Amino acid sequence: MSQSHSDHPEFLQHHFSDAEQQRESAKLGMWLFLLTEILLFGGLFVFYAIYRSWYPEMFINAHTVLDVTMGTTNTIVLITSSITMALAIRSIQLGRLKQTVWYLVSTFGLAGTFMVVKYFEYAHKFHLGQLPGHFYTFTGIEGTNPHVFFSAYFLMTGLHGIHVFVGMCLILWLIVKTKQGKFSPQYYTHIEMTGLYWHLVDLIWIFLFPLFYLVG
Amino acid sequence: MTENTHTNEPHVLPLSIYLGIGSILIFLTAGTVYAAGIDFGAYNLLIAMAIATIKASLVAMYFMHLKYDNKLYLLLFLSAIVFLAIFIVITMFDTLRRGDIYEIKSGAIRDAVIYDSLPADTTTHAIADSLSISTDTTDVVIDTTH
Amino acid sequence: MNKMPETHYLNCKKGIKSWLTTVDHKRIGILYLLSIMFFFFVGGMFAVLLRLELLTPDKLYIDSDMYNQFFTLHGAIMIFLFIIPAIPAILGNFILPIMIGAKDVAFPRLNLASWYIYMVGALFAVFSLVAGGVDTGWTFYTPYSTTTSTSVISITLGAFILGFSSICTGLNFIVTVHKLRSPGMTWFKMPLFVWGMYATALIQVLAAPVLGITLLLLIIERVVGIGIFDPAMGGDPVLYQHFFWFYSHPAVYIMILPGMAIISEMITAHSHKKIFGYKAIAYSSLGIAFASFIVWGHHMFTSGQSELAAMIFSFLTFFVAIPSGIKVFNWVATLYKGSIAFTTPMLYTLAFLFLFSIGGLTGIFLGALSVDIHLHDTYFIVAHFHYVMVGGTVIAFLGGLHHWWPKMWGRMYNETLAKISCGLIFVGFNMTFFTQFIMGAQGMPRRYHLYDEAFRPFHAFSTYGSWVMAVGFCLMAYYLIRSLYNGKPAGNNPWGALTHEWQITSPPPEHNFETIPITDHGPYDYDKVVAKSTLTEN
Repeated sequence: MSQSHSDHPEFLQHHFSDAEQQRESAKLGMWLFLLTEILLFGGLFVFYAIYRSWYPEMFINAHTVLDVTMGTTNTIVLITSSITMALAIRSIQLGRLKQTVWYLVSTFGLAGTFMVVKYFEYAHKFHLGQLPGHFYTFTGIEGTNPHVFFSAYFLMTGLHGIHVFVGMCLILWLIVKTKQGKFSPQYYTHIEMTGLYWHLVDLIWIFLFPLFYLVG
Repeated sequence: MTENTHTNEPHVLPLSIYLGIGSILIFLTAGTVYAAGIDFGAYNLLIAMAIATIKASLVAMYFMHLKYDNKLYLLLFLSAIVFLAIFIVITMFDTLRRGDIYEIKSGAIRDAVIYDSLPADTTTHAIADSLSISTDTTDVVIDTTH
Repeated sequence: MNKMPETHYLNCKKGIKSWLTTVDHKRIGILYLLSIMFFFFVGGMFAVLLRLELLTPDKLYIDSDMYNQFFTLHGAIMIFLFIIPAIPAILGNFILPIMIGAKDVAFPRLNLASWYIYMVGALFAVFSLVAGGVDTGWTFYTPYSTTTSTSVISITLGAFILGFSSICTGLNFIVTVHKLRSPGMTWFKMPLFVWGMYATALIQVLAAPVLGITLLLLIIERVVGIGIFDPAMGGDPVLYQHFFWFYSHPAVYIMILPGMAIISEMITAHSHKKIFGYKAIAYSSLGIAFASFIVWGHHMFTSGQSELAAMIFSFLTFFVAIPSGIKVFNWVATLYKGSIAFTTPMLYTLAFLFLFSIGGLTGIFLGALSVDIHLHDTYFIVAHFHYVMVGGTVIAFLGGLHHWWPKMWGRMYNETLAKISCGLIFVGFNMTFFTQFIMGAQGMPRRYHLYDEAFRPFHAFSTYGSWVMAVGFCLMAYYLIRSLYNGKPAGNNPWGALTHEWQITSPPPEHNFETIPITDHGPYDYDKVVAKSTLTEN
């Protein structure tokens, strides 16, 4: 290395020349990861689009069994958690550690609320037999192949739910790390990356909500 | 390198932006639920998707900082959407257009004839007769209509 | 006489643990080399066994069920475990960071993780091999794949996991190219190998997630029965093919683009002439990457998709020929009036040009809708994709392996044996697969265990060719392994090439560069800069 490295911070890995290069690399890597996530969910959106175009009446009939109140509640919960996440990043940028922890805890709590509401929704559907494929035993929906609607519903909200769960684990880990004082306005890459991930999870829900609960 | 021209200072947005955008998002959520209660016929889906797209753009531009960050990230984000659109649109050229040109009649698939050797006279008709299938090839018997 | 450097990346740390926990991109490249070559050997064994069975029209030594499993495993192993990762994970990992003057890839730990993910995926694939095999073909088409009793789940799970490995590598390369280029290394001073890897990485990142969701849906459909692909429940098997080929067609370009990238590198280095049409080759890589995403339906012309879609796909397919043609013409123009050295890598380059042209042009026949109706599911298809995948990618990979072998190990292989082996592979390959074009055009269907007596001479000749090829590969394994012990030290720059990797010692030091290199000339400025070969000056 030819450049002087008197200001070589602990978190800087040897193959980067400065902290900015490391941060920008992490961010580009994260965006590429988000791109793969969009395409992963994309496959399911294609599935939804094609079956909806084949059986539009069935989709409209089937969507009425979903609980709009619960769906709306969850949408607002998730959007609020996105706001608190964004504010957590802002706080760490300003060096306010305690505030950061508080915002992260709120985000975690809101994510937990989302999962609890989701649990009640799922439990209700299991009870009524509004289930995918072979397991579909419900009889109250007019139209062709109503079980396909529930296949789409459970796959898409299920994969989304898994992402929420992973996000909760990451946020928990961030809370611990922040309390240990690992982050500072100079180095908060992990919070920023988790934030990006969390906003993407919110973003996907923003589309799932109207597609299933509102217009079927 | 041209991409590393940012300073080391983090770009901090004012609190009002986050709270403002958050309020708009919640307002739009209420709006889309309200709009779903009114029947616009074929436009229902379009309206719901338009509102969702606005919400998603706000999240991406402000919460995910795409408005302020390196435009490369915006390009990546949009390219994901573009490739997804390619996937959906081209697949639908198939799924919505099957049977446009040839009328495909659905029905049971005929019993296959299992044979060990070809008959001595191997003209097309002879083979066709031995397999008891019609040489009228428009009579395709696979169900692909939906 | 050249001497080996005293310390380098191979001997700076010792012990098996230092290898299994390494984050050095060069060592990870070597780990990939060993594991991928092992699976190349396994896949190759299946190929030889299949050809042997096809020597006679009737059963020779395996029954039809076993035959179905053999061709499935040959395909699945060669595609998912060998040809997709081969060039990016071995040569890309080893060479790309050095070429752009970086000390490592952007995420070294992710890089190591990708190797472990690869091994886990491979383990699942091997498990399916011992747990009853798979007989669906490497494409896992529904509805057969959801009803057959063979172990489809473990192999698709394996492919699913391998997809993640592929994403990790691709993601790493994109960030490395964007953020870790050394001073002076502008986009248009990057070697074309880097451009090719970059385009490949873009496809990996964009397409592999769709494979992930596809295989996941297939597994869920098989285990739970959710009715997406099952016609009995209102599902659509053709939709599976859309999902599968939306990934797998771009995947074909994940396989060929790195091969093209190597050829661009070798053709200038061994003809000591500036590449013809640098920007055209660089942009055509991106062009191929984009075009690969809009042509997938040409795998489905006879599957029952709509005539409209088939026509659109057929039309779009011809566009792929344009960037591919641009590349081939530029390579040929590069050779013109160059001082060509007929080294082993150059022989492979010439073999590539010949074989890839045949493979590419027959692809245009198959892209034409009406011709495909006649040729689909015949040996013509088999011959076409082997000409592209083996004649293109594998030949380029072997050329690249010979080109960078002295850099990897610091020693030269036996040039005479290498040329003989190259000749055997070239002749054997053409014997095996050119015959299959003829058979296919005459109507011999692919994947048939028993066939008509009329095709016997063709099948027999094809099998003889596979033996010639096998001898060539064995010879190669022999002299490459031998070179590690008593090969002549190669010196820094055995080919007299100008890119960064030839300016450092062979094998490279642990952190690649003592000082960060400054790039002041283009990668192929043979008209301005003179680089002498370290082999001839002694």
